[in-house]
Amino acid sequence: MKKTEIVVVGGGPAGLSAAINAASLGAKVTVFDRNSQLGGQLVKQTHMFFGSQKQYASIRGVDIADILTNELMKYKDNIEIHTDSTVIGMYEDGMLTVEQDGKYMKIKPQSVIVTTGASEKFLTFPNNDLPGIYGAGAVQTLMNVYGVAPGDSVLMIGAGNIGLIVSYQLMQAGIKVKAIIDAAPKIGGYLVHASKIRRMGVPIMTSYTVKYAHGTEKLEKVTIWRLDEKWQPMPGTELDIEADVMCISVGLSPLAELLWQIGCDMKFVPELGGHVPVRNEELETSMKGIYVAGDVAGVEEASAAMVEGRLAGLCAAKNLGYTSDQFDALKADYLDQLNALRSGPVGEKIRKGLDQLVG
Amino acid sequence: MRIEEHPILSFKKGPKVRFTFDGKTYEGYEDEPIAAALHAAGVRTLGHSHKLGRPRGFYCAIGNCSSCLMVVNGEPNVRVCVEKLKDGMVVETQKGKGDLR
Repeated sequence: MKKTEIVVVGGGPAGLSAAINAASLGAKVTVFDRNSQLGGQLVKQTHMFFGSQKQYASIRGVDIADILTNELMKYKDNIEIHTDSTVIGMYEDGMLTVEQDGKYMKIKPQSVIVTTGASEKFLTFPNNDLPGIYGAGAVQTLMNVYGVAPGDSVLMIGAGNIGLIVSYQLMQAGIKVKAIIDAAPKIGGYLVHASKIRRMGVPIMTSYTVKYAHGTEKLEKVTIWRLDEKWQPMPGTELDIEADVMCISVGLSPLAELLWQIGCDMKFVPELGGHVPVRNEELETSMKGIYVAGDVAGVEEASAAMVEGRLAGLCAAKNLGYTSDQFDALKADYLDQLNALRSGPVGEKIRKGLDQLVG
Repeated sequence: MRIEEHPILSFKKGPKVRFTFDGKTYEGYEDEPIAAALHAAGVRTLGHSHKLGRPRGFYCAIGNCSSCLMVVNGEPNVRVCVEKLKDGMVVETQKGKGDLR
């Protein structure tokens, strides 16, 4: 059995940010990530980030992964990194179990920061399991990380930021996007993205959903239909779209299995993607010493995940006695940054969700 | 299909390797996911549903959804969307839940 002070589960934007802050204050930190490369889903994000300079605005996601990894390496005396390592259990006595290279390992930290992220939601319609129907993030991984085209022509389901950005990236890779449809009456993503896509000739059809997917061995055609103002499908409005790929980007749900297992209080908050952990302002859950940050704490943008990671790392380290005279100023700054990211009409849903959580 | 030209990205690829899928020989790049190599070669059906045997492709591509389980080097239930391709790998279609040897 190994021992450490803080375990960070997941080396994505939240986890790396948490590890940097905790290690910079002097805590011994061990990071586990199930992938071979750190950065989580940043590695497939070829677009430039929004937000302010503190959140790496105007830098591409894939480059932010490198920046964070390099920053973490500055504290290498306090950091141990395990890639290709999956945390598979968290137990009441504080023990964590890890699968690494086909072997089983145990580690006992004094504190844990869970930054396991989220996974893509699915959509219900006949034949929704045909090959060719993929998560939008999955297609992004396939084409941006591995350079493989998902197919010839794509129908995108969901006009949120992921749907819009992945549509643009598909076109960058030379793949035809037939249309973007969304069940909501309004485009959910930023209008700057939507306008760019419309200028490239791709229709964005709101109040439309999938009626049926056609094909036997793989997707060949999709029938869509219109929804009325009560979200009910309107017979007679069907349209057929020929496509061999359908990308589904209808939201994400937190990957909170470890939090369930250890017994954290969870609450169902649809605005945050599903079941999320109850926690205080410092991102500590109902279980002492167990912190959360990023999408597992409620689905938002990677910018917010990085600030939450910094906050959780700062507070987890302080609890173990590693602090600085900057603590109050830093904490206030992170909370201000989060408030700014969640301000305005785009953040309304997040604010509504968080109001139900933080006691 | 491989993306040959891209305005922003250049793809780091490992050396070319050979593997078999259901007895037929394919080429791919070392350490890319098996699913990426198969998809590039036009193979989209990876797993099959247990009861009805319906064809399944990948869905999440990050090892979450279990839509892409195949038999690799005799081991069943391998998530080929995250399992790295190595030279000489034997990849097979999995029927049912797979047997542990």
